Amino acid sequence: MATDLRKKIAIIGAAETDTVGAIPDITQLGLHGQAARNAIRDAGIDKSQIDGLACAGESVVSVADYLDIQPRYIDGTSVGGSSFMIHVAHAVLALEAGYCNYVLITHGESGRSRVGRGGFGSQSATIPGQFEAPYGTFGPPNTFTVPIVAHMKKYGTTEEQIASVAVATRAWAAKNPRAMFRDPITVEDVLASRMIAWPIHLLECCLVTDGGGALILTTADRARDFKKPPVYILGTGEGAENMMISSMHDFTESLAFKNAATRAFEQARIDRSDVDHLMLYDAFAHTPMYGLEALGFVKPGESGPFFAAGKSAPGGELPINTNGGGLSYTHTGMYGMFALQESVRQLRGEAAAQLDDVKVSIAHGPAGFFAASGTVIMTNQAP
Amino acid sequence: MTSPARKQLPTPTPETAPYWEGAKAHELRLQHCNDCDKPFFYPRIFCPICLGDNVEWKAMSGKGTLLTYVLSARPAPGFEEELPYAIAIVKLDEGPHLMSNIVETEITPENLPAGMALEVVFDDVNETISLPKFRPAS
Repeated sequence: MATDLRKKIAIIGAAETDTVGAIPDITQLGLHGQAARNAIRDAGIDKSQIDGLACAGESVVSVADYLDIQPRYIDGTSVGGSSFMIHVAHAVLALEAGYCNYVLITHGESGRSRVGRGGFGSQSATIPGQFEAPYGTFGPPNTFTVPIVAHMKKYGTTEEQIASVAVATRAWAAKNPRAMFRDPITVEDVLASRMIAWPIHLLECCLVTDGGGALILTTADRARDFKKPPVYILGTGEGAENMMISSMHDFTESLAFKNAATRAFEQARIDRSDVDHLMLYDAFAHTPMYGLEALGFVKPGESGPFFAAGKSAPGGELPINTNGGGLSYTHTGMYGMFALQESVRQLRGEAAAQLDDVKVSIAHGPAGFFAASGTVIMTNQAP
Repeated sequence: MTSPARKQLPTPTPETAPYWEGAKAHELRLQHCNDCDKPFFYPRIFCPICLGDNVEWKAMSGKGTLLTYVLSARPAPGFEEELPYAIAIVKLDEGPHLMSNIVETEITPENLPAGMALEVVFDDVNETISLPKFRPAS
């Protein structure tokens, strides 16, 4: 029976933009911002209390960045004019579950003046279109990679350590017949591969492939009636930080990663030592380094030595990316589904490179470079 | 014969126009919140710290340091003749950071240590747009 949600959730702030009609001097994103500010003032809430954000028409990440908030509940459901009713429905569930405390839902649309609207033909008027693209960003290889030099500077992280992530991941791929690249590689091979965007080489970049995946979830009591052993969700987390790489707050860490990881562990109520297996979305070799630190398995700055010591590789103390990862297994563009699939396989005992005695697995990754993040902690241990 | 691909240029909006007008005048102008007494970047219709309206455009010193960067070995359209080029994050002495290119120096990792001092220069791309770029501080 569904939880009784009657009268559990209320609206505490509501406002529109200063004016409506023709607003030629404010961009669409600015209209989201102004409506949000007015609702915040209407409620008398401090913006730092807002930990949930939903919107349609603009990216939920862009609105979060514009307001400089880092929500831990994000709903970008965008299905048309009634998306906001759906945002309310989702927010009721999230708030009732204690997943977040204050959800802000925004709408802003420059439908008449069409100022700063994203999309075809007007991209050069967006914030990234004005403040990043003119400097030669063309996509992940020379944009997602921008932060790593700050990590190298602060912690002494080396090119060899970064390369070792790709080496360890390839060693796992060698055990997976479905992996695209399976021949073992060395740190020297990685550093000798074609330079893409110093300090990142070709073998430190993910593949570009075709593929897909899907998951089906139900309640724990129903789950027992199906063919495969259930994989239970222990905890989930999410986060949003920046609409462009240059608006990260600190290039040595991702606030979106940290918020997603922290929430997931809070919900799961487990220690790091309870975790047997990690899937850290590896768009580039440095991405799992940021993930490992955000999840708290090592202290900030210690991921380089961790990977270089082979601790994530076959035989290491904490197996990571056992399918061969985005670097060597497959990467369709939105790889997160494949990270989840490998966690499920390991917990079911049906992975190509099956580990012994896996009870808890985590799939964690970025979205939109370091813009946003999601974390799922799973177990095969029945409730 | 094909014409070379053109670089993407910014289209100013009402919210960002003062930034680009400043660049055209070879001045790096950012918004400054008089209540928080801090500048911020990118341009917004209110201060992202306090959400207040007491914001004005002010000229920055143009001095900063190199926070992080990549040396792109592959070109965005229009950058074919400039490989490798530095896509850098510059932290201004006043606090905010922004993306830019590093120019007027040898583009190698050895020559571009993170933390190095930089100063703004303006690349007059056409009649209306000048792009702030950075070179090693003199």
